[in-house]
Amino acid sequence: MDFYFYPMRTLCLLVLILTASCKDSNSQNKPIVDKEPTEDYSDVPLEVYDFEGLKPLLKTSTDKVYVVNFWATWCAPCIKELPYFEALGAAYSDRNVELLLVSLDFPKKYESHLKPFIKKNNLKSKVVALDDNDSNTWIPAIDPDWTGAIPATLIFNKNKRQFYEQTFTYEELETEVKQFLN
Amino acid sequence: MKHIKGIFAVVAIVLLSGFATISPGYDIGDIATDFELENIDGNMVSLSDYKDAKGFIVIFTCNTCPYSVAYEDRIVALDKKYASKGYPVIAIMPNNTDVQPRDNMDAMKQRAKSKGFTFPYLKDEGQKISPQYGATKTPEVYVLQKTNKGNEVKYIGAIDDNYQDAGAVRLRYVENAVDALLAGQPIKEAKTRAIGCSIKL
Repeated sequence: MDFYFYPMRTLCLLVLILTASCKDSNSQNKPIVDKEPTEDYSDVPLEVYDFEGLKPLLKTSTDKVYVVNFWATWCAPCIKELPYFEALGAAYSDRNVELLLVSLDFPKKYESHLKPFIKKNNLKSKVVALDDNDSNTWIPAIDPDWTGAIPATLIFNKNKRQFYEQTFTYEELETEVKQFLN
Repeated sequence: MKHIKGIFAVVAIVLLSGFATISPGYDIGDIATDFELENIDGNMVSLSDYKDAKGFIVIFTCNTCPYSVAYEDRIVALDKKYASKGYPVIAIMPNNTDVQPRDNMDAMKQRAKSKGFTFPYLKDEGQKISPQYGATKTPEVYVLQKTNKGNEVKYIGAIDDNYQDAGAVRLRYVENAVDALLAGQPIKEAKTRAIGCSIKL
């Protein structure tokens, strides 16, 4: 059967080459394969820290209020509340409030899941990844009451800090952040 | 009107105090409740069914949490190593399947089959058990020891210190705890913490 198609294929190929060579040079750069090119996410910035590296981001001596959300792309309740954090970051950017999204995605998912997620959702908040296996050390160091479930959120300024092992609505989040303003 | 407010206040206090006593769950030395939960084979399973057990490795785990998935093979290994020594694994799926449908009984059966679970994989119907234990995430382990008073909580926490790479584990928390119990030694680290997926209530 295949045999009969060979002349056909050759003809197609010839036509393709001919038409391609007749067109202007720009179109020759177009991929011939009828397949969507895999997107490249290597340009999505992502800082990866162990806990020692993350620590300085969890305290401040400035007048800013920091809202730090621990999340992961696989965590459904995290993804659900993420837009509220983004919205809060936008609404309070001129009030000295800064957002930090700390991803707990597995390192092998950074390229395949995390970076595409950041790009597709056009996240405006700063995203960093925490890659530190010794969770038995850093979970209680972030907050003694944290059982280790995510989502979890830390809000702090230079005077006080509050930890929340819970999900937020926008209103709930705004109420908490307002306590840190003034 | 004052009376109504007063009643509301009383009701609120009763409710809040009720929750307050439930939410912290067990600490080391507490007696863990038994249960009767449906297994993937359709039978009901209780800790009291295990007449010869010295204790239990109760693990709250599920199909959908990546951390649980990362630990599946290690949970199977725990049961293979310790069931014969008197500490079988009892896995409990604590999620509300209305919230997380991919943890339903059919999915549980499939996963147990494909991963070769050698232990019961029970569904916490109505999310009655995990709140009593104080489990908040998957995976989370409670090692219990049978005593005259009941099943005493001896260890709470993570399986080991490396969820990403079983080959790079330095501290096998659960194994160390059960080994200590078997040897009649004190448990060095009786409580540990690990990242997990919040239990969907």
